[in-house]
Amino acid sequence: MARYLVRRLLISIPTLLGISVIIFGVLALAPGDPLSQFANNPEVPEEVRQRVRDSLGLSEPMPVRYVKWLGQLLQGDMGFSFATRSSVTELIFQRLPNTLAVVGVAYFIGVAVAIPLGVFTAAKRYSIFDHLATTVAFVGFSVPSFFTGLIFIIIFAVQLRWFPFIYDSTIVVRDLGSLFQQVKQSVMPIAVLTFFYAATLMRYVRAEMLEHLPQDYARTARSKGLRESAVVRRHVLRNSLIPVITLVALGLPNVFTGAVITESIFSVPGIGQLLILSIVNADTPVVMAVTFSFAVLVVFFNLVADVLYAAADPRIRYS
Amino acid sequence: MGSNRKAWRGWLAMIAIGVLVSACTQAAPVAPASSAPSAAATAAVTRGQGDELKLLYWQGPTILNPHLSQGSKDQDAARPILESLATQGPEGTPIARLAAEVPNRANGGFAADGKSITWKLKTGIKWSDGSDFTADDVAFSWQYQSNPAVAATTAAQIANVASVEAKDKSTILVTFKNATSNPYQWGVGIVSAILQKAQFSAFNGANAKDAPGNQRPIGTGPYKLKEFKSNDIVTYEMNTLYRDAAKPFFKTVQIKTVADATIAARAVCQTGDVDYGWSLNLAADQLRPFLAAGSKCDNVAAPGASTEQINLNYANPKIAGDGRSEASNPHPFFTDVNVRRAFAMAIDRKTIADQIWGGLTGDVTCNLLNQPPTIRSPNTASFDVCKYDQAAAAKLLDTAGWVRGADGIRAKGGVRMEVLYQTTVAGFRQQVQDVIKKSWESIGIKVELKAIPAGVFFSSDVANPDTSAKFFADVQEYGNGYGDPDPEIYMSAYTTENIKGRAAQWRGTNYNRYSNPAYDALFVQLTKETDLAKRKDLFVQMNDILVRDAVVIPIAAFLRPVSGKAKNLKGPIANVWEGDLWNIADWSK
Repeated sequence: MARYLVRRLLISIPTLLGISVIIFGVLALAPGDPLSQFANNPEVPEEVRQRVRDSLGLSEPMPVRYVKWLGQLLQGDMGFSFATRSSVTELIFQRLPNTLAVVGVAYFIGVAVAIPLGVFTAAKRYSIFDHLATTVAFVGFSVPSFFTGLIFIIIFAVQLRWFPFIYDSTIVVRDLGSLFQQVKQSVMPIAVLTFFYAATLMRYVRAEMLEHLPQDYARTARSKGLRESAVVRRHVLRNSLIPVITLVALGLPNVFTGAVITESIFSVPGIGQLLILSIVNADTPVVMAVTFSFAVLVVFFNLVADVLYAAADPRIRYS
Repeated sequence: MGSNRKAWRGWLAMIAIGVLVSACTQAAPVAPASSAPSAAATAAVTRGQGDELKLLYWQGPTILNPHLSQGSKDQDAARPILESLATQGPEGTPIARLAAEVPNRANGGFAADGKSITWKLKTGIKWSDGSDFTADDVAFSWQYQSNPAVAATTAAQIANVASVEAKDKSTILVTFKNATSNPYQWGVGIVSAILQKAQFSAFNGANAKDAPGNQRPIGTGPYKLKEFKSNDIVTYEMNTLYRDAAKPFFKTVQIKTVADATIAARAVCQTGDVDYGWSLNLAADQLRPFLAAGSKCDNVAAPGASTEQINLNYANPKIAGDGRSEASNPHPFFTDVNVRRAFAMAIDRKTIADQIWGGLTGDVTCNLLNQPPTIRSPNTASFDVCKYDQAAAAKLLDTAGWVRGADGIRAKGGVRMEVLYQTTVAGFRQQVQDVIKKSWESIGIKVELKAIPAGVFFSSDVANPDTSAKFFADVQEYGNGYGDPDPEIYMSAYTTENIKGRAAQWRGTNYNRYSNPAYDALFVQLTKETDLAKRKDLFVQMNDILVRDAVVIPIAAFLRPVSGKAKNLKGPIANVWEGDLWNIADWSK
């Protein structure tokens, strides 16, 4: 197992290098200019813009910039943002708590809701509850989150005035009052994301359960005289969850990189919002840092998923 | 299974309770902002009387040093903190800030030879950290701004400034390279923001980006920084050392970033959660409902100095290879003034402007220069190119020898009248394109439309064929304008000198490749003219040439800033020349 882990980790190095070359190349070739806001402004003429570009190091050829970037990265420095002229690492850590508080919580709730729902709907297949839940789930993953988000805002923020629709990142939870404020402003973005995550995952759980319920080992368990609930809980659920574990682990990188659309709609200053803003402003170092971190997380959680798989299913051995 | 069901019921009950609790606590909505009581309006304002002022921007401030800023959102966010010697007033005349008064010819501050101006500073001003503000800070700020190693984005303003010196603790002498009629090119407006020397002197060079002051500047303004998270939120608290003891009114100010103008409009006009929404630049029919009866906001807007315009190419974009859109290859038909005039006359600019901007975000115009009103040409209204007349346009083309072929498209000498019409991707621009395409097609012109992302269109990327500077199309539409009430630089974009093609990597502002000795002569005269009245005449003449000859077809003048303010908020005044927060010291409730 240890040797397997080492080998996997070593393989991930060229993988990540390849990813970084591709992202860097795409960004370098993509149109856009950090000074595009000034492009049409006669008071910031081309000479001035060129001087700023030189000072940002954008005039050097792409391979030189890449090697410099990689050199910095190996020293743990992700560079500085063109827009803020401050450290990218700082920017990311400033925003990570907001993403975790919204996307992380939503993911957690989503998983917590999806698994029991999936099990229940499979166990009571074709019951009214099953029809209802699967229909809602169908809506959940087919309606885009920018639409649900907008509907939520119009109903709960504009009409009913229950929740604010602009996330305030300055709230520090000190007492019950501020906790309540924090919960209130998180309800809508978390609900939108939970709806989506739970809907997607629930269908997987249900399908897995349905596949396992009629199998021989389940029938054996039933014929031993076990109650249906025990059959489901102890035998079928455990087997059905194996692929779900992989799925949940592979979804975890999203928790760190945020939800681009939902964060933008509710003005949550998270990583996803940072990414989209940086792409719009051609703030290459930030885009690079966020996408590369995402790549690292994906590679890492792939490994975690594989390890968990072995832990959950004794039939699988790595050597 | 039974225990499971119980657990479920418990969960449902808890969720239901949660919803009810949050619903109840919100049952009593905040009283809607009633019309401001007149008693409060007349009552004297005292410092810190108001609690929090909440503003929404849909472009996030990323840096608070205006000299390194990347757009007006950064400059706006710096404004509660940093000041300049004077600020440009809404009428285009400066108002003193750190200066005791605005120097001019009458008070002797502006030298008769037009080569220098002397500013006297107010005395006793302190930085928010308690240290004294002196003329040294002013001179340093100019050195910093003009240092090529700093690479300030505000460097162009000072191209004609030879030096800024501190004569004594409260006297500043600004010397110009060439005699000028506009002595306020440095010192007025946020682009000449004064930084604290003590905070920035160690960063006056290539290390400018490392200055902590970029994120936390110390200023002399009415507010000082409390917290700044780029692209998210800026919070300020009142500067208790501000020179006017009665100001500022608010204890704290907050600028929050949201994703788009609709969210900002909803918060300021519908729910009234915030006091001010910056630049609600929506299409008129989207903005109108937000301002309709029952709205909680007012539109802050005034006619601006930016014009939506259609530019015609004098060079031929249809040639393949290096000669494409080079001035040496004349356009097959746009070099004929009657053809250009026909293109202009076939456009129903009034209907377009009413439909798209509706007087809320823009108004119809036939002038390139619309602000200040003193330089707005009164002559263009009578020009035939400014009147919509399809029949006359068709007749002009007939007389010019462009006759309709079998397919209805005009042609002359084997050249068909086909144009490629490009602009940026923006909902309203595609609407304008559609309307104009129909108009032109109805008089026998074949029109192909192209929409390019603004980031590409306005970039100076030499490798990209779709930039406005390359102008690889026959017609292009965009909106642009000027930030100085004296638009000399703006009008240089139509001089022969500024035609720069492939050899110069398209680094010129004359995209039209328009060359007219009469216009060039007027421009030379303008650069030398120091008499303000005569300059105004020159601007009118130059505007008239460009419009009459249909070099450029103006469509509408944008209103600025089209921001929403809560009905009970007092103070915001639309100012074309400065950012929204130019007078934030005077805002109150």
